[in-house]
Amino acid sequence: MSNVEYRRAYAAQGGLLIVKGVEKVAFGDRVRIRDHRGRKRNGQVILAAEQEVLIQVFEGTDDLDLDNTWVRFLDQPLSLTVSPGLLGRVFNGIGEARDGRPPIVDGEARGISGSAINPAARNYPREFIQTGISTIDGLNSLVRGQKLPIFSASGLPHNRLAAQIVRQARLPGEASNFAIVFAAMGVSYTDARFFRESFSDSGVLGNVVMFINHADDPPVERLALPRVALTAAEYLAFDLDRHVLVVMTDMTHYAEALREVATAKGDVPARKGYPGYLYSDLAEIYERSGRIRNRHGSVTMVPVVSMPSDDITHPIPDLTGYITEGQIVLSRELNNQGVYPPVDIAPSLSRLMKDGIGKDDTRDDHPRVANQLYALYAKAQESRNLASIIGAEELSARDQRYLEFAKDFDAHFVGQGEDENRSIIETLNLAWQLLSRFPREALTRVSELDLAHYHRSGEKAA
Amino acid sequence: MSDARGGHIREINGPILRIHLPGGRNGEQVRIGGLDIVGEIIALEGDDAVVQAYESTEGLRPGEVIEGLGHPLTVELGPGLLQGIFDGVQRPLDEIAKQTGDNIPRGLRIDSLDRSREWPFVPRDGLEPGSRIGPGARLGSVQETETIEHHILVPPTVRGDLIDLVPAGRYRLDKTIAQVRNAKGDVHKLKLFHRWPVRVPRPYGQRDHGVEPLITGQRILDTFFPLLKGGKGAVPGPFGAGKTMVQQQVARWSNADIVIYVGCGERGNELVDVLESFPKLKDPHSGRGMMERTLLVANTSNMPVVAREASIYVGMTMAEYFRDQGYDVVMLADSTSRWAEALREVAGRLGHMPVEEGYPAYLGSRLAAVYERAGRVETLDGARGSVTLIGAVSPPGGDFSEPVTSHTKEIIGTFWALSKELADARHYPSVDWVDSFSQDVPVAAGWWAQQISGAWSKRRTEALSLLARDAELSRIVNLVGPEALSPAQRWELEGAALIKEAVLQQSALDDADSYCSPNKQFELLELVMQVFDRGKELIALGAPVQELAEHPVMARIRRAKSTWRSDEIDQLAEFAGEVYEALAGLQSEYASSQETAS
Ligand SMILES: Nc1ncnc2c1ncn2[C@@H]1O[C@H](COP(=O)(O)OP(=O)(O)OP(=O)(O)O)[C@@H](O)[C@H]1O
Ligand SMILES: [Mg+2]
Repeated sequence: MSNVEYRRAYAAQGGLLIVKGVEKVAFGDRVRIRDHRGRKRNGQVILAAEQEVLIQVFEGTDDLDLDNTWVRFLDQPLSLTVSPGLLGRVFNGIGEARDGRPPIVDGEARGISGSAINPAARNYPREFIQTGISTIDGLNSLVRGQKLPIFSASGLPHNRLAAQIVRQARLPGEASNFAIVFAAMGVSYTDARFFRESFSDSGVLGNVVMFINHADDPPVERLALPRVALTAAEYLAFDLDRHVLVVMTDMTHYAEALREVATAKGDVPARKGYPGYLYSDLAEIYERSGRIRNRHGSVTMVPVVSMPSDDITHPIPDLTGYITEGQIVLSRELNNQGVYPPVDIAPSLSRLMKDGIGKDDTRDDHPRVANQLYALYAKAQESRNLASIIGAEELSARDQRYLEFAKDFDAHFVGQGEDENRSIIETLNLAWQLLSRFPREALTRVSELDLAHYHRSGEKAA
Repeated sequence: MSDARGGHIREINGPILRIHLPGGRNGEQVRIGGLDIVGEIIALEGDDAVVQAYESTEGLRPGEVIEGLGHPLTVELGPGLLQGIFDGVQRPLDEIAKQTGDNIPRGLRIDSLDRSREWPFVPRDGLEPGSRIGPGARLGSVQETETIEHHILVPPTVRGDLIDLVPAGRYRLDKTIAQVRNAKGDVHKLKLFHRWPVRVPRPYGQRDHGVEPLITGQRILDTFFPLLKGGKGAVPGPFGAGKTMVQQQVARWSNADIVIYVGCGERGNELVDVLESFPKLKDPHSGRGMMERTLLVANTSNMPVVAREASIYVGMTMAEYFRDQGYDVVMLADSTSRWAEALREVAGRLGHMPVEEGYPAYLGSRLAAVYERAGRVETLDGARGSVTLIGAVSPPGGDFSEPVTSHTKEIIGTFWALSKELADARHYPSVDWVDSFSQDVPVAAGWWAQQISGAWSKRRTEALSLLARDAELSRIVNLVGPEALSPAQRWELEGAALIKEAVLQQSALDDADSYCSPNKQFELLELVMQVFDRGKELIALGAPVQELAEHPVMARIRRAKSTWRSDEIDQLAEFAGEVYEALAGLQSEYASSQETAS
C-alpha cells in the first residue's frame, strides 16, 4: 500500500485532514502528504473507518489545496531510528534531523508509542541523585528513575533551575554519567539557545540528544515530540545501559496542542476545554520513566510544567501532579524577593524520597531533619500570617523566633548560587545550623540521638 | 468455545471500535483482528456493535476479522489467586513478565491461574456420594498459603446430588474433583476453580449488619473515624495528600483476612512498592508474612483505559469470592476517579450526553452499584463474610464539589477527607477532622468499650470538641492576635496542638508507630487528655501557660508514639505514670503557693 498515492482529500481543518474512499488503512498508521507546492508533510491516522480516515497532520493543515493534496499511507507506525549516533544530535518533533547533518539510517526503527512497562518487571527506584540544590536534595530528593516535574510560571527561572540540575546531577561521590535527552515543545529561540549553551559550557553536548519544536513551529508536532524523545531515552537506558535524564519543557505547550486537536475533532471537553483523556495521555508519557529489573540503565524525568495564571489547580499541573512522583514548585513571591532558586517547599514533594535517603544512602538523620524543617517552616508561615495582621512587634518571643528562622531559611537554605553545588552533607549541616537556634525541646521530629550528634545549642546560626 | 461467531471491523476510533457481528450480545467478549486483542461489546445497533478494546488498537484495520466468544468477561476463581499480581482483566502479570519480557505485549492468550501447579486438596468431612449439595457449599479446602485455607466452593449455579468426590491428594486446577447431578439429570464436573462474570454480583444468603470495626492501626481512622468490617469508605484528597499511603497502610496493617489492592489508573511504582515491601513485613494480627493474604490488580495509568473500567469489577468479584468462603475481605480501589474517567471516555466516544464535567448521567448509579457490592453477608453456606470497600477519590484541583466526590459522599458511610493544608505542613495522615465523618461510630463504640476501655467514647468526643475549639480560637487569634485570649483559652490551643502531634500525626515511615494497636491508641489519647485536664486545673491555680507548654515532659509526650511500640504498652503506661506524677508535683506546688498567697 505504501506505493499508492491518493488524491482524495475531502476536508482539512485545525490540523486534521479527512481522506475518503481509501480502504483498510491501519489505525495509527504513518502518513506522508505532498501538498500542491510539492512540499512534504507528515501525519498519523487517528480514526480509521471503512471508507474514510482522519489524519492528524504534524505540520498543520494551513493552506492545503485539497484538489492537489497527495496522501500516501506508509503501512508502519510512527517511529524513530535509534542508534548510538543519536547522542550529540538535534531533531524536530517527529525525529527528523534539524542540525543540517544527514539522517540516521543505520539503526533500528522503533515505534514511538511504546507499550506499557509491566509493573511486575519494574524495580522500585531508590538511588539518591545529588543535584547540589538544598531544597531538592535535603527536602525533596530525586532518585534514579523518578519523574519529578518543576511547576513554574511565566517569568520564573525554571529553565535555569533545570539547566543547573542537568549540570550538577550525579550520584554522591561519583562523576556525572547521565546521558541527557532534551525535549523542547513550543520554546522560544532564546530558551533553546540558553539550553544549548548551557550544555556546551559544561562540556556535555556529546552526551545530549535534543528534540526541538520552537514556539513558531507547528503545534501538532508537539504531540509526537515527547514520545519520540522518550523512545530515544528508552533506547539509551535499556539498550545501551545509560542513566538518562530527560528534561522536557514545556509540558503546558504539549497539553495546549492536545486541546487544539481535541477541539477540532469535537471530543467532549472535561475541564477548561481539555479533553477527558488528558490524564491518560499525560500518563502514557510520564510513566515511561523508571527502572526495570535486570536492566542497568534508568530513565529519570524532570519535566517543566508552567502553571497558567500561577494556578496550581489548573488541569495541566493538576493532572501532572496526580501522575508524577512529586513536584518542585517555584514561587513568584520568593523570586520577587530575589531568592534563587525560588522553591516553595510547602507544596513541593518527592514521593520517592523515602527509600533513597537515610543511613545507607545519605545520612541517618536525613529523613527526620527534612521532617523537622517542614514542621518548623509550617509554623513559621502561621507566624508570618499573624505578623501581617497584628504587626511583627506584637508577636510572642516564640513567634519571633519562627519568623527569624523562616527569614534565614529562605535566604540561606533555599537561596543558593546558580553555580553553587552543595553536597548532601553540606545541605544537612546547613539544616542543623538553622535547627540549632531552637532549644532541643522544640525539636520533636528529630530523635534524641540526632540532637546529641548534631544540635549545637548556644552557637549562632549562619 | 462453541458459541464463537465471526464478523469484521468497520471503524477504529482509539479504544472504541464499530464492528459488524450478527447476534452479538451486550457484554460479550470478542477477539479482534490479526493482533488477536481482547474487547467487550458495549452497545448494539442491528447487526453492528460497538466494542471497547482492553488493549491498544494501533495497527488494526477496517475489514479485519472479529470473533465473538459468546461469553461475558469472567474471572477464574480458585487456588493461586493469593500473592499474585493481575492486570485489569485478570491476566497474571508476573507470568507475563516471565514469558514476554519488560513490556506488556498485545493479544496474549494466557490462563489467569497456573494450570501446572498441584494443590493439596482435602475433602470436607461427611460429604459422600448421594449427599445433596447446593450453591456455595464447601467441597473441601486447599491450604493455599501458610495463613489462608482456600475453601473450594460449589459454583453459585450448581445444585444437585454428589456423584463422587476425590480423596485427599494433590491435584491440578482443572482436574475434576467432584461430579454433581442436577434435578434434570445433567452432570456437572466441578474443578478446583470456577469462572464467574465480573459484572454480576455473586449471590449470598442474606445481608447482615456490621458488628465490629476494621482495625487499621491508624489512630485518626480507628479512634476518630472508624469503618466497620463490611463498610464502605472513601478517601478523597488532592494529589500528594496521602490517599495511596492511607490505602497502603490499611492494606498492611488491617485485621482483614484477605486484602485486594486494586491500582486503577495509578502509578506502576506504587504497585512495585507493595510487591517489594510486603514480603518483608509481618501481619501484626497473625504474625505471618503479609503478602500471603494479599493480591494485587494493576491497571496502571499508562495501560489501556478501558481495562481500567473493568479492573474494579475484576477486583470486586475476587473479593466476593473470598467473602463467600467466610472471610473478611478488604478491597482498596486507588483511584475510583480514574475508573469514572474511563467511563467518561467511553461515554464520550459513544456520543452519550454529558451532564457534569463531561461525565454521563449514569455516573452516580454506576458508582452506587459498585459500592453496593460491599457489605457483610450470610453466605449461601451459612457462614459470615464481608467485603469492605475503600475507594480513593482524586478530585480535579482538590475540589470536593466535583461529580465523583459528591456522588461518592452520598453512597459511603465513612469519609476520610484529606487536606492539602495538612499535607503541606507534613501533618500525616492528612485526614481533616472537620470534613471527615463516620456513620459507624455507635457500633465501633460498643467494640471499644468492650475490648479496650469504657472511657473511649467520652475521650474521643472530648478530643474532637477540643479540636473544634482550636479552630474557633485560631480564627480569633488571626483577627485580633493571641493577646485577646485568656490563659484557659491559650491552654486549649496547647491541648489541641498536643492532640495533633502526639495522637493524630502518625508517620507511615516510623517503624515503631506505623502500626498502632487499639491499646496503644487509647493509651496515647488518654495520656494527652489527662495532661490537658490536669493542666487546666493548674492554670486555674495560676500556673503560667508557657511554663506548662515548655515543660520538658511535653517533648517526651510528643515523642511517646515513636518511643514505644505497640508491644511495649507497659512502658508507655509507666511513662504516663511519670507524667501524672510530675503534674501532681506542680499541682501541689501551685496549690500551696495559692494558699500562702490568700
Ligand atoms: N501517613 C504518612 N506518613 C508519612 N508520609 C506520608 C503519609 N501519608 C502521606 N505521606 C507522604 O505524602 C506523599 C504523598 O502521598 P500519596 O502518594 O499517598 O498521595 P496521594 O494522595 O495518593 O497522591 P496522588 O493522588 O497523586 O496519587 C508520600 O509519598 C509520603 O511522602
Ligand atoms: Mg495516590
